[in-house]
Amino acid sequence: MARQLDPNGQSLYARFSRYLSEGDDRLDQDMIREVDAPPAVHDPEPVPPSAPFPPVAEGVKTRHTRVATVAYQLIAMLLTAAISMLLIWTTAKLPSFGDAQNPAHNEVARRYVENGMDETGSVNLVTGMILDYRAFDTLGESNVLFTAACVVLMLLRSGSREERIEIEADERMEDRNRDEILQTAARVLIPMIMMFGCYVILNGHLSPGGGFSGGAVIGAAMILYLNAFGSGASGRFLTIRTFRFVSVLALSFYSLSKAYSFFTGANHLPSVFTTGVIGNLFSAGLIPYLNIAVGLVVCFTMYAFFALFRKGDI
Amino acid sequence: MQILMMILLIFVLAGAVSVALTRNLLTAAVVFMAQSLALSVIWILLESPDLSVTEAAVGTGIDSLLLFVTLKKIREVDHVIQSEKEKEEARHGQTT
Repeated sequence: MARQLDPNGQSLYARFSRYLSEGDDRLDQDMIREVDAPPAVHDPEPVPPSAPFPPVAEGVKTRHTRVATVAYQLIAMLLTAAISMLLIWTTAKLPSFGDAQNPAHNEVARRYVENGMDETGSVNLVTGMILDYRAFDTLGESNVLFTAACVVLMLLRSGSREERIEIEADERMEDRNRDEILQTAARVLIPMIMMFGCYVILNGHLSPGGGFSGGAVIGAAMILYLNAFGSGASGRFLTIRTFRFVSVLALSFYSLSKAYSFFTGANHLPSVFTTGVIGNLFSAGLIPYLNIAVGLVVCFTMYAFFALFRKGDI
Repeated sequence: MQILMMILLIFVLAGAVSVALTRNLLTAAVVFMAQSLALSVIWILLESPDLSVTEAAVGTGIDSLLLFVTLKKIREVDHVIQSEKEKEEARHGQTT
């Protein structure tokens, strides 16, 4: 057996870094060799583990490295000071908070404040803005969240079947000794948090809040449920199929309904969705339904993030 | 109200600096969580309760939970590498 290829002489880390630098088959060969290699054969003097980099003696500092360190620290300090000064100077030049002469107070803001309630039917002007005047932005934001969830899904979802079975076994072990205090608190808190989230979403056009805030609250409640009762319990009502179905459905509903209202608005056609009686729960045209769609996307995405980070699956 | 605002702003500033300076990652995550809580109170004082709710849910809840889970994963990987190293060393001790 060639000495430098002896797998027993190398630490896991060295082998892994070699795998990174040299590719797949080398590691496989190592593993095969490790299985095949007779354990009785041993070297009289063990090969020291080969480090991935040539060892740098610690504590030995030449004059060059010392000069480089000092120069590096000086440059870093100067750069930090310069950037901080620039930022502070810029902040000092900003117009004062709430001044009537600020450039933000132009005809757009006046239009929103004066006509916003009549045009959108939403008492809460912020919701009227983000889901009517600037609905396109909100669609983009929801799509960004959904795309981020998809990327996390691609990166973190555990690939092989064996891995998933192993994780499930771990979960079952954890299920047996869950925290009693957390469970009792969660039983009381989760319905209230969920209720508050639904209230914030449904009253998005009447009171402060809306799809994003309410969705984040509901997502937090679902995460609490997952932590308290385990993935076996939360898997009963939420699987990856539900996540996919609900997210895609909500986003398509948003896109289609906004496409409809853009079409009617641009062509000055009367829309089916009227503003109704301003201040009622069922009013403001499409806004409550759009709020629900955004809230669904947000809460499922938050939950998916956490579940993927925690156990590599939803 | 002004005094409360000042206290909260100083707290946020101190939190931001200490998050950057803390060596322990778990402590940094907890300080970050407390800082978002102070921020959410500041949003209420600035009369935007919707932002406050979002900050409390996302900044305090979900962000820090994600950080905690990631820290747990990192510790687990560290643990596995450590035990592998110990095994290797034990095998060396046996063979020689």
